[in-house]
Amino acid sequence: MTQPVANQPTARLSDAAIRRQMLAEFWFYFRQNRGAVIGMWVFLALVFIAIFAQVIAPHDPTQQYRDALLVPPVWQEGGRAEFLLGTDAVGRDMLSRLIYGAQFSLFIGIVVVAIALIGGIFVGLLAGFFGGWVDTVIMRVMDVILAFPSLLLALVLVAVLGPGLINAMIAIAIVYQPHFARLTRAAVMGEKEREYVTAARVAGAGKLRLMFKTILPNCLAPLIVQATLSFSSAVLDAAALGFLGMGAQPPASEWGTMLAEAREFILRAWWVVTLPGLAILISVLAINLMGDGLRDALDPKLKRS
Amino acid sequence: MIRFILSKLLYLVPTFIGITIIAFGFVRILPGDPVLLMAGERGISPERHAELSAQLGFDRPIWEQYFDFLGRLFQGDLGNSLVTKKPVLDEFLTLFPATVELGLVAILLATLIGVPVGVLAAIKRGSWFDQVSMTAALVGFSMPIFWWGLLLIIFFSGVLGWTPVSGRISLLYFFPDVTGFMLIDSLLSGQKGAFASALSHLILPSVVLATIPLAVIARQTRSAMLEVMGEDYVRSARAKGMSQARVVGVHALRNAMIPVITTIGLQIGVLMAGAILTESIFSWPGIGKWMIDSIARRDYPVVQSGLLLIAGLVMVVNLLVDLTYGLINPRIRHK
Repeated sequence: MTQPVANQPTARLSDAAIRRQMLAEFWFYFRQNRGAVIGMWVFLALVFIAIFAQVIAPHDPTQQYRDALLVPPVWQEGGRAEFLLGTDAVGRDMLSRLIYGAQFSLFIGIVVVAIALIGGIFVGLLAGFFGGWVDTVIMRVMDVILAFPSLLLALVLVAVLGPGLINAMIAIAIVYQPHFARLTRAAVMGEKEREYVTAARVAGAGKLRLMFKTILPNCLAPLIVQATLSFSSAVLDAAALGFLGMGAQPPASEWGTMLAEAREFILRAWWVVTLPGLAILISVLAINLMGDGLRDALDPKLKRS
Repeated sequence: MIRFILSKLLYLVPTFIGITIIAFGFVRILPGDPVLLMAGERGISPERHAELSAQLGFDRPIWEQYFDFLGRLFQGDLGNSLVTKKPVLDEFLTLFPATVELGLVAILLATLIGVPVGVLAAIKRGSWFDQVSMTAALVGFSMPIFWWGLLLIIFFSGVLGWTPVSGRISLLYFFPDVTGFMLIDSLLSGQKGAFASALSHLILPSVVLATIPLAVIARQTRSAMLEVMGEDYVRSARAKGMSQARVVGVHALRNAMIPVITTIGLQIGVLMAGAILTESIFSWPGIGKWMIDSIARRDYPVVQSGLLLIAGLVMVVNLLVDLTYGLINPRIRHK
């Protein structure tokens, strides 16, 4: 191989340019997955609805119209134009409650993933970087948490902490955290013996710099994919806790809590049961579609497979 | 192989100790007095408080309580329910068959449908069948099963009137508890219509519980098949002129099944979490509903021991999955 490499002018790219190029490459692969793009648009719409809920929602989500109990959606006989998707058993506007519910779901997803991600990365870095007994102790503790079915452990944690949205989020984050710890540890162990790490170490980089600045950025891809998956699971689990009366408490318009309140009307008023669940399904599905696309775009091993 | 089994077993000891610590400590490490917690909002007199504390051993040092707990655990004593006063283990064993029956039927449904769908989707990659089934799998994977259960009740029980809404069997039938499995017991009883009644009670809950495992198994089977179909030995088999059925059935499927079996085994934890929701929707008298009710009633010996039993069970099943994996895949065993 005697290619005249030296003759080619080596393009010197700035960090920003490299980042732009990586982003462009990522977008190229992400765009090929039609489902992922649809999922992304739906998710963006959800974010928009959540941010501008106050402007979009036609009514106050907790306002009870006592003259309009269990009004069916507008297209059904007996429906009223001011309540497009009908009202619930105490006369609250379903559409407004669903719109405000988007705030809860996104908030839950963001908080749970943030806590689990930060905790998991920190613990996983420690385990992977130092190895030895630190690794053994940390990973055994993670194994113990993983031995419990996640919803059950979250339920018991909430029962002890007291029912409520904040406690539900903390419980779910604790239960999810081992997944991030394991992934980070595996990625760190793969990276830590590579040349660039040795180079940084020889150049005198300290342990903290090696851990967070040298190794961590190269372990991010699987973590991002896991974060999207955990986001959708967090929305599902928080709704399940709400449904079981252990999550957000009434009159909060969290979708799972709305379903729990609607249970007794299941055979009389289909809309109070169907709509909140549909909202959960659509948001979770959108995030999962996006997660599939992210995995394909970020994981080089699965690319084009 | 024996060394492999022993090393796996040894590995479980610290995990099991961790589980006992969590189950034992979940009430105690967190702020709050468990006796007050149990009394709930009604309040409690100081004398009754002291009496209960002494009865439950809360007045002794925490490590002493823990070793006491462990000691009784190894004698099979898991404490008594605060509500029914019956031993927790007896209650567990009474309700357990209901959950096992539901879980077994669910995992059977999920496997019998999920594996063929995954294989077919992989063989006909990019076809409409692939696209429809994988979209359906993603919807199933994203399904809030507590809502899915309610929808099925609305349609099949409300609109069509085909299936009952709750319980394991119609109250009209009485027969001895032989295996604990309603489907088998109803057949053994020989009563006309008993089996049909048990089946109609079981069908909706098991479909609901099977939904997520089914989606996961179908997706996993498809991707495992796709990976294997790209291997050299599959190409060689094709080149030798073997039929499609033989290539897929003998060469590809057997190797693709290795990760799929692991996936199926790992669904047990998912099933337990799903059982809590499913049993609560269909009033199915099993472990999941028992746990939920006990948490709501703050029956803390039940919650503590139930947690321990369920986690121990998941651990044992995961061990069995690991061992099976070693059995069918020599590469793992000899690592």
